[in-house]
Amino acid sequence: MAHSRPAIVSGARNAPPFLLDIPRRLLSIVPLVVLQPVLDRIATHVARSRPRLFARLGPHTDKRYLIDPVDLPFVLVLIPNSAQPFLKAFPRDGKVEYDAGIAGRFINLLTMIDASLDGDALFFTRDLRVVGDVEAVVALRNALDDCDGSIVDTITGAFGPLSGPAGLALSVVRRMTAGHRPV
Amino acid sequence: MSATEFHRPELVCPAGTPAAARAAVDAGADAVYCGLQNATNARNFPGLNFTEEEIAETADYVHGRGAKILLAVNTFPPAGKFDLWRGAIDLAVRRGIDAVIVADIGVAAYASSRYPALRMHLSVQAGASSPEAIRFYCEEFGVKRVVLPRMLTVSEIADIHRQIPCEIEAFVFGNIGMMAEGRCSLTNYATGVSTNMDGICSAAGDVHYDEDAAGNLTVRLGNFVLDRFGCNESAGYPTICKGRYSCSARTEPYYAFEEPVTLNLSALLPDLMRAGVTALKIEGRQRSRAYVKAVVAAFRKAVDDIGAGKEARLADLIALTEGYRETEGAFRSKTWR
Repeated sequence: MAHSRPAIVSGARNAPPFLLDIPRRLLSIVPLVVLQPVLDRIATHVARSRPRLFARLGPHTDKRYLIDPVDLPFVLVLIPNSAQPFLKAFPRDGKVEYDAGIAGRFINLLTMIDASLDGDALFFTRDLRVVGDVEAVVALRNALDDCDGSIVDTITGAFGPLSGPAGLALSVVRRMTAGHRPV
Repeated sequence: MSATEFHRPELVCPAGTPAAARAAVDAGADAVYCGLQNATNARNFPGLNFTEEEIAETADYVHGRGAKILLAVNTFPPAGKFDLWRGAIDLAVRRGIDAVIVADIGVAAYASSRYPALRMHLSVQAGASSPEAIRFYCEEFGVKRVVLPRMLTVSEIADIHRQIPCEIEAFVFGNIGMMAEGRCSLTNYATGVSTNMDGICSAAGDVHYDEDAAGNLTVRLGNFVLDRFGCNESAGYPTICKGRYSCSARTEPYYAFEEPVTLNLSALLPDLMRAGVTALKIEGRQRSRAYVKAVVAAFRKAVDDIGAGKEARLADLIALTEGYRETEGAFRSKTWR
């Protein structure tokens, strides 16, 4: 018995295309060399402010996670080591080595790590793809889900003087797409 | 249904992490159930569950809001490893847990003899489905509540209720789990780790996803292919019992055991309450805070509406279901498949 993908939307699939395209349009004009210092700051800031996250990862803190926002022009590699956190952007067409990978629309990934969208539901509807070390992915998902408050706020807090505008921009996109999500 | 026809049931909700426990209580849970970060519970998954310190903090939070915290110690100790389960029971008492949920008779015997005042619930993992079996646990170990297997109709539940001296807890939402709970060895056969003794169903370390260029997804557990999903098909959990298999007697691959579908008894809530169900259980300690918040809030409102004599308005939970499908399973009919 085959199941066809249902008409009911999951995640941001049914949001108007122009909304879903906002992150790509904004981030595609940012050179990676400009983005990288921000990513460094995000990694350090999250490591400092969310120490329990790393305890939950257990043996997976030295794994290389590929985070692939499929609608953005780059991919990210994360090594969630609390002492030396690593978050780096690579061009989408380059070769990147990793142990475990998670792929999905940027807004879905963002909303999932902020605990506003259920990862299993995204997986069931094929809006989230998992490759490589599944145990490492499950551990990261559960560790992020235990973070109190908004981890996205923590991330935008790493933007320093730009954290206000960055947070505002993200909240606008999330609010506009949230009306199109069932959960 | 009038408000006087039944007692207000307790809404028992899953908590895989402290944050999920807080989300459940904030959404209206009367009780949360959780487990330790080891083999003593049946959701021993990576990154999930509680340390002793987190149990203590969560107990404070839950009790401060008038709710209860239950500890699942619901796996079966292998020979020579009983100390881990004994330690879990000791921890529950030390940290003010309101009840332990047990499955193994050795664990139940230890808890009842060492801590007679500790409230004990019989886990679904014990697979007690007859009045005789349930009465045995009540008489021997002082069990106060039984979590019934998901293989009984509502009328059978009502019949059991009339013949047992303890409360009944029934699943109302989540993984259907139609296999005989506590006796499934499929994961053990394929991977060497046990759902019942290690608390690990479909060990994530043995799960492999391979998607081809066309978007077709192949799911494997160890060396076994469980399913192949076409690019437009929704997927399910990577468990053997939800797999789709080919055999010479069938022209198409078919679900040999269960199907990827989620139990949703929201429409049967009044019937369950009339049948004598004391507590309504939501499955899903492995799910996210988003799931917990949405499902708990929906059932909180439904139960409160029914209690007020109103027709329950149930939020649409289809987006959270496995395979985008819901079922009332055996609760309505034994021939539900």
